[in-house]
Amino acid sequence: MSDVAISADQTEATGRTGRMIVYAIIGVIGICLLFAPMLFPDVRSQEVAARICIFIVLVASYDLLIGYTGIVSFAHTMFFGLGAYGTAIALRQMGPGWDAVLLGGALGLLASLILAALIGLLSLRVKAIFFAMVTLAAASVMAVMASQFSDFTGGEDGIIYKVPKLFSPATKLLTDDDGKVLRIFGAKANGKMAAYYFVFFGSLILYFIMLRIVASPLGTVLEAIRENEMRAEALGYRVVLYRTAIFCIAALIAACAGILRALWLKYTGPETSLSFAIMIDILLMVVIGGMGTMTGAIIGATLMSLAQFYLKDLMEIASQATAGIPLLPDLLAPDRWLLWLGILFILLVYFFPAGIVGTLSKRGGH
Amino acid sequence: MEQLGSYFERYGGINLLPVILAVIAFVLIGSPSTWLTLTVAGLAMGMMIFLMASGLSLVFGLMDVLNFGHSAFISFGAFIAASVLAALAAWVAADSVLLNLTALFLAIAAAALFGLLAGWVFEKVIIKPVYRDHLRQILITMGALIVAEQIILAVWGGSPISVPRPHFLTGSLIIGDVSIELYRLFAFVLGLVAYVALYVVLNRTRVGLLVRAGVENREMVEALGFRIDRLFVGVFVLGSALAAVGGAMWAGYETLITAAIGSEMMIIVFIVIIIGGLGSIEGSLLGALLVGLMGNYVAFLAPKMALASNMILMMAILLWRPYGLRPAVK
Repeated sequence: MSDVAISADQTEATGRTGRMIVYAIIGVIGICLLFAPMLFPDVRSQEVAARICIFIVLVASYDLLIGYTGIVSFAHTMFFGLGAYGTAIALRQMGPGWDAVLLGGALGLLASLILAALIGLLSLRVKAIFFAMVTLAAASVMAVMASQFSDFTGGEDGIIYKVPKLFSPATKLLTDDDGKVLRIFGAKANGKMAAYYFVFFGSLILYFIMLRIVASPLGTVLEAIRENEMRAEALGYRVVLYRTAIFCIAALIAACAGILRALWLKYTGPETSLSFAIMIDILLMVVIGGMGTMTGAIIGATLMSLAQFYLKDLMEIASQATAGIPLLPDLLAPDRWLLWLGILFILLVYFFPAGIVGTLSKRGGH
Repeated sequence: MEQLGSYFERYGGINLLPVILAVIAFVLIGSPSTWLTLTVAGLAMGMMIFLMASGLSLVFGLMDVLNFGHSAFISFGAFIAASVLAALAAWVAADSVLLNLTALFLAIAAAALFGLLAGWVFEKVIIKPVYRDHLRQILITMGALIVAEQIILAVWGGSPISVPRPHFLTGSLIIGDVSIELYRLFAFVLGLVAYVALYVVLNRTRVGLLVRAGVENREMVEALGFRIDRLFVGVFVLGSALAAVGGAMWAGYETLITAAIGSEMMIIVFIVIIIGGLGSIEGSLLGALLVGLMGNYVAFLAPKMALASNMILMMAILLWRPYGLRPAVK
């Protein structure tokens, strides 16, 4: 497995200045996310903030696989989707109550666990590339099934449903003396805020769980497996079991992120939770942030999400500015933003395989 | 049971699997004419998938490179062939078989030529810097796939494009109460020709010998002084061209194509090379036929299960043989 590993000195080389920069960025992002409802009260920014929270969890859990263990999986959206669809279907069938969230979420988690264990035990003993193909096939089959069984899943249209009353915008969390919704720095303390903080703290807890896993003996064994599978096996670690275990853990965390997403959006469809486009997003985020670093997930997810929401506006302007030139406006059209990200992605993999965090961490060292 | 096993081995072993599948389907379907139509459709589909899969499998076997961008060649082949056919609309619709054939030949040749050139560029620019680094290979070829798909969207637009079929290939051959689409027969024959040609090149020529030896044990061939990286470029380019031709044929088969055609086929191509075992064209053919037949039978018997059935087939075969049916590399 050493061929899939990023070289050890990339993660171990410690540059103080670089790391300080990374922590400063993380701090800024953290504060922005924590006070997002007050700092960015408009609906679109709230959407971006919640999306960033959820994707940080999703990307970090994917990094447990690709960065820490050297497992290349394309099934991560499958687990994300299972969590989201489980919650969504239960909320649709049973009505907006916490019992539905618990039952649906639990079923989603259970399904993820079973599937992850099956795929893991079946195919984690073979080559990395083989595993990548198997997971790709499994994920696409899941996506097709979600669109086929439209009675349950709503097919391509997805499902719209109501969430528990606490999260509805009409709910007053805190009231002032007149009985109106209290405003904290201009932000209404209503159900929307409750939903945001549910997503935020949910993501935070999941993120801390992952930090704990990485720092635990399990994390060390995983890195040993990534660096040299044969040696880890020779040391007495059952490599297949460890790999399957981390695959299951990552799947469960992804499913939890899916539950958060379903509760926040009040809508679940292939585009928001199951499509291959999301898998590509996750991959881009991991690589941009830096593989094998938990902080990379935060930076990668934030950068990509901001780009996704705001780059399109910029490209619109560029496209109109170049309207006279052939083909160029087509290439600069807002819908083509993925083209430029793809090119950026290739360049990153060539020149900065360690990502932003990995590259920064090396600066100023030695 | 043991005796049954030895009979199985004696009369062709795993090569019998498509036949067994066909027999089971015959019992389940009941109506011979429907069965025959489905079987021909399955074989035609299998042959087209074989065209797309064989190159990828050989490339993997020879250099341990997995190209997730392979499906970009399929998409480009489909779109280029569609454009050529659309440009030659008059010839395509004409009543003369000669004009029809010329148009078809030009379309396929354009796709193949593009595959050759693009494959060469792709190998030099994308693959070469990341030899022996699986993770970066997967990431970079994934990135290339994204870019390729976006370029198709930018050039041909987002709406589906309809592909005209040459006049002499429209319609069906009717034997008794069985109707067989001519295009499917043509696809089958073309796939068979490609398979035979590949088989002859690999088994009867010196280059083929080197390729097979390279798949089997690359270091040994290198130690004997052969430049396996040059050989690899040849195989890669040829594989890309085959994928483009496969895409062109598939475009005519579907008659309506979108930019997602490549990524849709990629899943099936992966399933095929996993089932067949990496690195062998016999394996690819076997896997492609199994997947093609299975897909068509299941689409008739239980329409919702079509793609899932291929997945189940793959799981079952991986449980039975973890490296696929006829692997050339382990």
